[in-house]
Amino acid sequence: MHELSVAQALVDQVGDLAGQHGAKSVHLIRVRIGPLAGVVGDLLATAFPLAAAGTPAESARLDWVAAPIVVRCRTCGAKTEAQPNKLVCGACGDWRTEVVSGDELILETVELDIPESAGD
Amino acid sequence: MCDTCGCNVTPGNAKFAYKPVEPGATTISVLQGLLKKNDDQAEHNRAHFDKRGILAVNLMSSPGSGKTALLEATIKALKGELKVAVIEGDLETENDAERIRAQGVPAHQIVTGTACHLDAHMVHDALHHMDLDGIDILFVENVGNLVCPASFDLGQHANIALLSVTEGDDKPAKYPVMFRGADAVVISKTDLLAVLDDFSPDKAERHVRELANPAPILRLSARKGEGLDAWLAWLRSQLAAQRARVAAGRTQRPAIQPEGALMHGAEA
Ligand SMILES: Nc1nc2c(ncn2[C@@H]2O[C@H](COP(=O)(O)OP(=O)(O)O)[C@@H](O)[C@H]2O)c(=O)[nH]1
Ligand SMILES: [Mg+2]
Ligand SMILES: [Zn+2]
Ligand SMILES: [Zn+2]
Ligand SMILES: [Zn+2]
Ligand SMILES: [Zn+2]
Repeated sequence: MHELSVAQALVDQVGDLAGQHGAKSVHLIRVRIGPLAGVVGDLLATAFPLAAAGTPAESARLDWVAAPIVVRCRTCGAKTEAQPNKLVCGACGDWRTEVVSGDELILETVELDIPESAGD
Repeated sequence: MCDTCGCNVTPGNAKFAYKPVEPGATTISVLQGLLKKNDDQAEHNRAHFDKRGILAVNLMSSPGSGKTALLEATIKALKGELKVAVIEGDLETENDAERIRAQGVPAHQIVTGTACHLDAHMVHDALHHMDLDGIDILFVENVGNLVCPASFDLGQHANIALLSVTEGDDKPAKYPVMFRGADAVVISKTDLLAVLDDFSPDKAERHVRELANPAPILRLSARKGEGLDAWLAWLRSQLAAQRARVAAGRTQRPAIQPEGALMHGAEA
């Protein structure tokens, strides 16, 4: 399961951010996962505590949201929702589309506990 | 300065760059890929390849789809024309690297142990064991797995997904992340089509198109040599394109990270 590798990468990244900002701990981590990113949110949430143990993210809550899949048709220009294995245009049916949302794997925000004296 | 200034905001994610507030805590907007460290390492690997004018190609498929067999046939066919090197990824054993070395080509085996995919750091470590001078094409044979390898950029310029005719023509619909990110799809072991009448290459192709993927579908048999010419022609055209990019100071990421490409301003 590569969700553990992804969780470790996330914890590393959050640890760097905490260090840069002089934070003593991390409250909340918000990530956004598209179905086409190849990472299962629930598995990531399960793997997260394992990866976070002993790091500044140890007591953080991981909040993940699923992004919808939206494609833009290169033929008719319509923007429609789509399924992971049917990325065709919902308006005209053409397969020549581009994914505008649904393949992201993004750390959106972190909420840090920063002591008064520490700065950026 | 820090990495959180918002310079990673792209048209696709700009609307999420909000800053909620909660008393007692400081929220910072990050908007980085979750695999940023891997992606940075992958960029670094790609710079190594670009500096030497090397085309790097990542081969992905289920175990046993014929990745190593295709490499063996490719090396034989390109002998005297192009210099090839191979990085092999497997959970255990040096077997595949030995098969490649038997063809007279340098190969480094990455034994991943429990990791079911390669990442950019493993590939960078492997590069330190290889002499890349004079190499035209570096192939990376990923761990046999249709799921995770698709999520990790290794620094390659192109992804190949192999689908052997013994696996069923609906695999692209079942593993959309992998097949959506392929720059070329190889339908392998076509010599067995005669006995496997339930595999329709046309249907497999249709499933790939339904993933909005215009990639060429190359039907071939590494064992019999059928269809190999089109594959070799594709490789030569990719190498020519890579050399043109290098001459122009540009690079190319594989099809899997469109968001990342936006963030880094590389050619889509
Ligand atoms: N009939 C047939 N068998 C093949 C072909 N290519 C590979 N194989 C067989 O498929 C098995 C797995 O091949 P291998 O290259 O090791 O697959 P990998 O795990 O993807 O590297 C071996 O027994 C090969 O001999 C082919 O074109 N035709
Ligand atoms: Mg192999
Ligand atoms: Zn349309
Ligand atoms: Zn910046
Ligand atoms: Zn290096
Ligand atoms: Zn994996």
